Amino acid sequence: MKKKESKKTNYFSCTFPAKSVNEGFARGIASAFCSQLDPTLEELCDVKTAISEAVTNCIVHAYKDEDDLKKKKITLKGEYGGSCLKITVKDCGCGIEDIEKAMQPMYSGGGEERSGMGFSIMECFTDKLAVKSKKGVGTTVILKKYIGKVSEE
Amino acid sequence: MKMKTYFSRGNLVVKLDGEIDHHSIKEFRDELDKMIGESRPKTMILELSSIDFMDSSGLGLVLGRYKKLSEAGSKMLIKNPTPEAERILKMAGVDKLVRIIKQKDA
Ligand SMILES: Nc1ncnc2c1ncn2[C@@H]1O[C@H](COP(=O)(O)OP(=O)(O)OP(=O)(O)O)[C@@H](O)[C@H]1O
Ligand SMILES: [Mg+2]
Repeated sequence: MKKKESKKTNYFSCTFPAKSVNEGFARGIASAFCSQLDPTLEELCDVKTAISEAVTNCIVHAYKDEDDLKKKKITLKGEYGGSCLKITVKDCGCGIEDIEKAMQPMYSGGGEERSGMGFSIMECFTDKLAVKSKKGVGTTVILKKYIGKVSEE
Repeated sequence: MKMKTYFSRGNLVVKLDGEIDHHSIKEFRDELDKMIGESRPKTMILELSSIDFMDSSGLGLVLGRYKKLSEAGSKMLIKNPTPEAERILKMAGVDKLVRIIKQKDA
């Protein structure tokens, strides 16, 4: 029997400026939210790291040519149902022209001391990673992770 | 993040504490490079035993210093990384470039 994904039972949404000081802030929010699912320390670290990669990309890449701070916004959303945590990181920046290429390990479109490992880390530390992007419009990264070995339903 | 540096037997020891991300390394990178440039150590030992968090920005920091040191003929060692730091380093294959040592302080 195919198990349907549980309905969402809790969620949050917040928007903050794309400033590097908010990288730690985003990790803090995501980890506080994830904690409600009683994760192991490793699961919590996975979630924090994946979120940090997605948010840092918005700051380093998405808005690299944008000077107007009012336009540099990141929206972070989270929800869970059962044991499935879903986090969305959205920017309205420059977008990614070739997503497949961008997601390859070691590929970087530039930036100071970037090693091109962000997407690989997100992929490795979550159960599902989806990236939607449109040039000149923005990028949305959706991360899903099952917390805890068994889901109580 | 906090950075502590000292010399031990001609080696530059750099100890990083706390969370390494794109934000936290900004203020330390230049300071570290200046130190490397001025002291020209035989080896730089990067101690990561008190790192609670590290992401790809930390990889950039490590690989960037590795490159600078190599160009100057210096070596780099990573000492006692926490599991969080070691996981990321190994994922990126940094352990194939930089030797990771684990030892108690003598
Ligand atoms: N939100 C985004 N907006 C625009 N471009 C992006 C965004 N996220 C990623 N990219 C592009 O995809 C590339 C790959 O991203 P990835 O995070 O894998 O590597 P990186 O950021 O370059 O390096 P690292 O994450 O290792 O520091 C980036 O270099 C950038 O060109
Ligand atoms: Mg990145």
